[in-house]
Amino acid sequence: MTGDEEEWRRLDPRMAAANLRWLAVPLVPAAVGALWKGGRFDPEFLITLAILTAVFVLVTIADVVRCRSTRYRLTPDRVELRSGVFVRRVRSVPRERVRSVDLTAHPWHRVLGLSVVRIGTGASTGSGEDSELVLDAVSHAEAALLRRELWERRPGVAGGPSGGAGPAGSAGWPTRSGGPAGETAPTTWRGDGLLAGWDHRWLRYAPLSIWSLAWVGVLVGAAERAFRIFGVELWQSDFIAEAWRTFRSVPLWLGIAAVLAVVVVIGSLGSLAVTAETWWGYRLEREPDGTLRVRRGLLTTRSVSLEERRLRGVEFVEPLFLRWGRGARVNAVAVGLGANSDDERSKSDALLPPAPKAEAQRVVVEVLREAHPPTTVPLRPHPRAALGRRLRWVVWWTVPPVLVLAVLGLWLTPVLLHLAWITAVIVIPVGVAAAVDAARSLGHAIHGRYLVIRSGTAQRRTVALRRDGVIGWTVSRSVFQRRAGLITLVATTAAGPGSYAVRDVELGTGLAYAEQAVPGLLAPFVETRGREVVGAGR
Amino acid sequence: MATVDGSPYGPRVGVSPPGAGQPAELRLRPPRHEVDPRAVRYWTALALVIVVPPVLTLALLTALIPPARLWLGLSLALVALPGVAYVLVMPRWRFRVHRWEVTDQAVYTASGWFWQKWRIAPMSRIQTVDTVRGPLLRMFGLSAVTVTTASAAGPIRIGGLDHRIAEDLAQWLTAATQRTEGDAT
Repeated sequence: MTGDEEEWRRLDPRMAAANLRWLAVPLVPAAVGALWKGGRFDPEFLITLAILTAVFVLVTIADVVRCRSTRYRLTPDRVELRSGVFVRRVRSVPRERVRSVDLTAHPWHRVLGLSVVRIGTGASTGSGEDSELVLDAVSHAEAALLRRELWERRPGVAGGPSGGAGPAGSAGWPTRSGGPAGETAPTTWRGDGLLAGWDHRWLRYAPLSIWSLAWVGVLVGAAERAFRIFGVELWQSDFIAEAWRTFRSVPLWLGIAAVLAVVVVIGSLGSLAVTAETWWGYRLEREPDGTLRVRRGLLTTRSVSLEERRLRGVEFVEPLFLRWGRGARVNAVAVGLGANSDDERSKSDALLPPAPKAEAQRVVVEVLREAHPPTTVPLRPHPRAALGRRLRWVVWWTVPPVLVLAVLGLWLTPVLLHLAWITAVIVIPVGVAAAVDAARSLGHAIHGRYLVIRSGTAQRRTVALRRDGVIGWTVSRSVFQRRAGLITLVATTAAGPGSYAVRDVELGTGLAYAEQAVPGLLAPFVETRGREVVGAGR
Repeated sequence: MATVDGSPYGPRVGVSPPGAGQPAELRLRPPRHEVDPRAVRYWTALALVIVVPPVLTLALLTALIPPARLWLGLSLALVALPGVAYVLVMPRWRFRVHRWEVTDQAVYTASGWFWQKWRIAPMSRIQTVDTVRGPLLRMFGLSAVTVTTASAAGPIRIGGLDHRIAEDLAQWLTAATQRTEGDAT
């Protein structure tokens, strides 16, 4: 123990009770197995069960030990976490670096009144475990207190970005002073309260997720695995055999239509359930301590708060199906949140679930405190050569496989020939449509303090990135792009995934855009065509 | 060295302003400095490390398995021809592209060959400066300088420098970034 005045705190002892959930893992299959097999167990099943039980008893013990050996404390300027039994590990993070606080309560936690606290420290190198401190778990009250303490008693906040991480241009950084003066000065931070709240009608967007179809696969896979544990081969069961016989007895088109219908229904129900579980009770709030807070969840509740001064913009996401339904999602682009997976359930940068476009635009306005959403400004389209490149990709990726199939078909069997023309008829138009859409999605603009960049077809993303959040440029060009006179201009930033690309823009337009976005950075390295190359002499 | 600003690694002559109003006329000028000519040999060695093992394996197989000689020979040709072209072309092409420059305001590099990349990071956003000397680099008396920013997009790397130049550059950069205010995010 060090002699500091701040006391070390422990995790909640009720966590030990939460650990009992692991016992359910062997117990449930035992019970189900007993019912299924009428109480008669074969030895193989018993052995599996014994191993499972042993493993999960060990897991429970390990968890209890972990709980007892973990201590944490908040000193005036650091968060410290000690853990480990054999290898003591002490992690100490300056409170200055705390970028997000995430409270999660799984159902078993909620029964016991517990929450898991994840303190995101945004370590730019390490990932996963290193980028956050996890307190698993503390009581609800303690979690709420921690969240408040972490944000409120931060040194450096009262004095604005004196802590060194102010969004509004640090010294020495060329920022055009054209933006609204004052920007997000800490003095304007106030609790605006609720910015957006859950609407049950938004559930209609759930089936429009790409994940809908994946859910069927997941369910079937899980069922197959579960049955196998009990020694039942799903594929050889009577149910499947019966289904197959029915499929064979009806006309092919009816069979395919029925299977499709079942897949769509199961998929829709699956993603409906997941969306409800993830987003039920969603609230986006601006807290008086300068944080944005998202609360959500039906069974597992989650509260993510992130500091507003780390916000560098927002991302307006329109996945393909959602675009058809006139919906969109909104994500935060914030320093320290890192590149998140696209798994909606674990994302901590999500600000708005799939919702109507108008609502999404409203949230963008509220979050950025802009008069007009930067994500709706008219964008400068990219040259036709960009479309040409995309069409050529489609040709390269579709024609050779079709040709190979056709040649093999002529040589070996006409079945492949049929496969070839069916592939050609389906894949080529879809590919061309995707290429046209992808080219049409491309666009860039500058709107006040923001760079606006759009691209993507399966997931069309429009990012509004603060110009003073750009920490460098990368220009890349392949030999093909060079022939077409195009470049890919990438703005690097400390926020989000670290870079946002303006794909396939004309060389001159792209360079002028970069220079306009961040004046003075690119200028020394840009020349006018035809002039003597400056400074290139050896 | 007479440079426009204080940096001994900066451009030698005046800065050319972008021609405002005629965006289509703009282009990036190459950074001022070439990398060390020994880098060509280094890249050749690197290419050989990639190309030689599969070619050698296929050649051996072709020699040892007479019944499959036709197919093995064909695949040998299929691997060896592009391999040889790669070993011959890539290092020279790279040498023409790879350049670097450091001014008081920014680090500017050009790299790549088939896919070329120009990267610019302002001095105020640089977090760390390292010199890297891998075993292969050391064999040719070369070093690389890596400059990281707060972006997750990866560090800027100036490869193929003479190790004394790299050392000096890293030192100069470290001092320069300390002089420049800013928190790098």
